[in-house]
Amino acid sequence: MDVASAKLIGAGLAAIGTGAAAIGVGFVFGQFLNSALRNPAAADGQQGRLFLGFALAELLGLMAFTVALLILFVF
Amino acid sequence: MATGKIDPMHQFTVETLVPLHIGKYDISLTNSAAWMLAALAVIWAFMALGMKRQLVPGRWQMAVEGLTGFIDDLVRVNIGPEGRKFTPFIFALFTFILFVNFLGMLPLAIVPGWHAFTPTSHFSITGVLAIVSFSLVLIVGFWRHGLHFFSLFLPAGTPIWMAPLIIPIEIVSFLVRPFSLALRLFVAMMAGHILMEVFGSFIVSGFASGTATGFGVGIVSFIFIVGVGALELLICALQAYVFALLTSLYLSDAINLH
Repeated sequence: MDVASAKLIGAGLAAIGTGAAAIGVGFVFGQFLNSALRNPAAADGQQGRLFLGFALAELLGLMAFTVALLILFVF
Repeated sequence: MATGKIDPMHQFTVETLVPLHIGKYDISLTNSAAWMLAALAVIWAFMALGMKRQLVPGRWQMAVEGLTGFIDDLVRVNIGPEGRKFTPFIFALFTFILFVNFLGMLPLAIVPGWHAFTPTSHFSITGVLAIVSFSLVLIVGFWRHGLHFFSLFLPAGTPIWMAPLIIPIEIVSFLVRPFSLALRLFVAMMAGHILMEVFGSFIVSGFASGTATGFGVGIVSFIFIVGVGALELLICALQAYVFALLTSLYLSDAINLH
């Protein structure tokens, strides 16, 4: 296999990580809604933690995306 | 897109508008700097029009009060009463990132030869923003607590035999903060713009191909890109909020020292 096609396959494999982050982000928001509907009065106070969890989960997916871009455009 | 080759990275090229050199340093006005200046002008106009201090606020003043009240709440909830003096800093970060993101979404590419540029889709810009907020955390931390600031690396109540494990983890997670802060904003903006560009070129090349399949692809891409555009506007606001939120949480660490 030549380097150019290996590069494309590698970038595609790296992009799988963004799907894993999608699961994580969905989990964060799903769990938040789940508990917010049980106790709506306490939901507003937890929004900061909601977006903190979202940011941390999303960052890992964005890192996978960065790796894919590095493989494609840098090497 | 007559060539059929999609070039999604072209929109991120920094072009020189007004060449300017001092000695060996290149301080030319680039399109990145021009868009940041445009964002500053829009922020200034937005704030100035709403700061007339009318007793019965009009719509514009309500918008400005909503924005300032939002940041005030964010700081009060996350830092506490001692964080009030950092409200202007968080406000400046939030409005700057928000307006730069939104201006970058303007569909200016309708005018041939023009295209909107998002300075926050460059690591150099978001990196500087992250360094500013990280150094503020360091300065505030050492100013208020002196060398006691290092106790940040050992959360209170940790069993002492856990310390050799916890301290390296906390140090790494502390040092990684500016990178994660900068990387999140930069990659989120860049990924969104690449997505819009790719599907935008699908529309163009689909309709240009003249076949029934191409027409179908163009229609589907068009419907899709409307949704993606709405999502991107949400992401623009969300990333600005996340940046401000994380900065205030880090500041809260430095002020209150858990």
